[in-house]
Amino acid sequence: MAVPRIAISGLRKSFGPKKVLDGIDVEVAIGESLVVIGGSGSGKSVLLKCILGLMQPDSGSIRIDGEETVGLRRAERARVMRKFGMLFQGGALFDSLRVWENVAFGPIQSDRVPVDEAKQIALQKLGSVGLTPDVGELRPAELSGGMQKRVALARAIAREPEIIFFDEPTTGLDPIMSDVINDLIVQCVKQLGASTISITHDMASARKIGDRIAMLHEGKLIWQGPVAEIDRSGDAHVDQFIHGRAEGPIRMQVRKG
Amino acid sequence: MNIPLVTVLGRMTIAFLGLTGAVTTFATRSLLHCFEPPIYRRQIGRQMLEIGYYSLPVVGLTAIFTGMVLALQSYVGFSRFSAESAIPNVVVVSLTRELGPVLAGLMVAGRVGAAMAAELGTMRVTEQIDALTTLSTEPFKYLIAPRIVAAIVTMPMLVLVFDAIGILGGYLVGIYKLDFNEQSYLRNTIDFLEFMDVFSGLVKAAVFGFLIALMGCYHGYHSRGGAQGVGTATTNAVVSASILILTANYLITELFFAR
Repeated sequence: MAVPRIAISGLRKSFGPKKVLDGIDVEVAIGESLVVIGGSGSGKSVLLKCILGLMQPDSGSIRIDGEETVGLRRAERARVMRKFGMLFQGGALFDSLRVWENVAFGPIQSDRVPVDEAKQIALQKLGSVGLTPDVGELRPAELSGGMQKRVALARAIAREPEIIFFDEPTTGLDPIMSDVINDLIVQCVKQLGASTISITHDMASARKIGDRIAMLHEGKLIWQGPVAEIDRSGDAHVDQFIHGRAEGPIRMQVRKG
Repeated sequence: MNIPLVTVLGRMTIAFLGLTGAVTTFATRSLLHCFEPPIYRRQIGRQMLEIGYYSLPVVGLTAIFTGMVLALQSYVGFSRFSAESAIPNVVVVSLTRELGPVLAGLMVAGRVGAAMAAELGTMRVTEQIDALTTLSTEPFKYLIAPRIVAAIVTMPMLVLVFDAIGILGGYLVGIYKLDFNEQSYLRNTIDFLEFMDVFSGLVKAAVFGFLIALMGCYHGYHSRGGAQGVGTATTNAVVSASILILTANYLITELFFAR
């Protein structure tokens, strides 16, 4: 069997007494899209941040292409980060830079691509998310939420990463724009042949962009399987979540995870 | 519940030591990144413009009024024992040694330290700092090191400007209000001015610049919890920078001039 792109085992992370991740085991194959669902505060973001090295897990192993990344030194970490692209929930665009400079940021600052060339890459990536070159000259603050998401997507794919993370890509968008973003994600990921992990609580989005779904609840992955089987999971938690019922085994967290 | 005094003191001491340690680690890490490539020259230039050029109006106004009031007040005191001729000397030494660096430092802490904390704080809560990392750019190098380098280089220049404008303020009051002879005022200013007066002021300025940028970056980088958190970070940056400036001012003065 081929080495999985991402292999996580026994991952734990606590904040004080609260166990946010309590022994996560999951693998993502090359070219596969995993969607992690779960309520607000169930630790989905923490999972992504641990894989990206933005947070240090308490214990466990995270292998990227077979290479252990927990405890990597800063310089080594930068090399591994080159494989990643990330679409942040709020876009996290740099508001002091113009749109094209945002998209070209990775190529220019990290890969030392000459500015002219990087601008061409940026405009091409903006084109692939359906934005015209004149948008490139605007500031992020001048764009609507949906447009910002598109720019953020263009920035995430600008360095043609092998692994892309999507943090609630459709949150805060209207249903039509959500579907546009979902389509763009599917299309971009297919083009790059990238492996992805998306976290969302939008089931329409999860069904569209995922190959496989995993449900995170109280720090554990309580169910994982192909998208087609989510309706026949036989798990009361999963059923409650995907049908959005207030009544059921899941109680909502008050405090942030 | 009755908490014994010792417990409270102990907690405060531990909190204080923890904070000192955190700031020291942060400062060391920031300084190391100032010397290690890649060095973002454009960011440094931009920050120098922000810290230096855009602070000129506020620093200039502070300087001219400080110089003017200094001449006026020394006249009130010195005329009582007919020592008016010492006024130019008092004005220039007070300005270059103390008032220039300290007042410029406090004004810049309010203007630039607050702006740094607010900008980095907003970048933190909107995940822009995390985004930098995912684009293989070290936030300490791209955001913090340029601000620290720019502040250390720019503050002495600002203080030189402060000194010059402050001396001009004193001169104007001396000539037009206190009826000094132009030439003797200028001669008294220059004759008594020593190299160490100006030099110590510039060393102070560089240290204050470092402290302002460090506090702005530290509080901004560690801010959390939305708009309120950014507000707290901004306040803390200005207050801690001001206190550190006043403390450091005494220590540096002691180093230079104590016998």
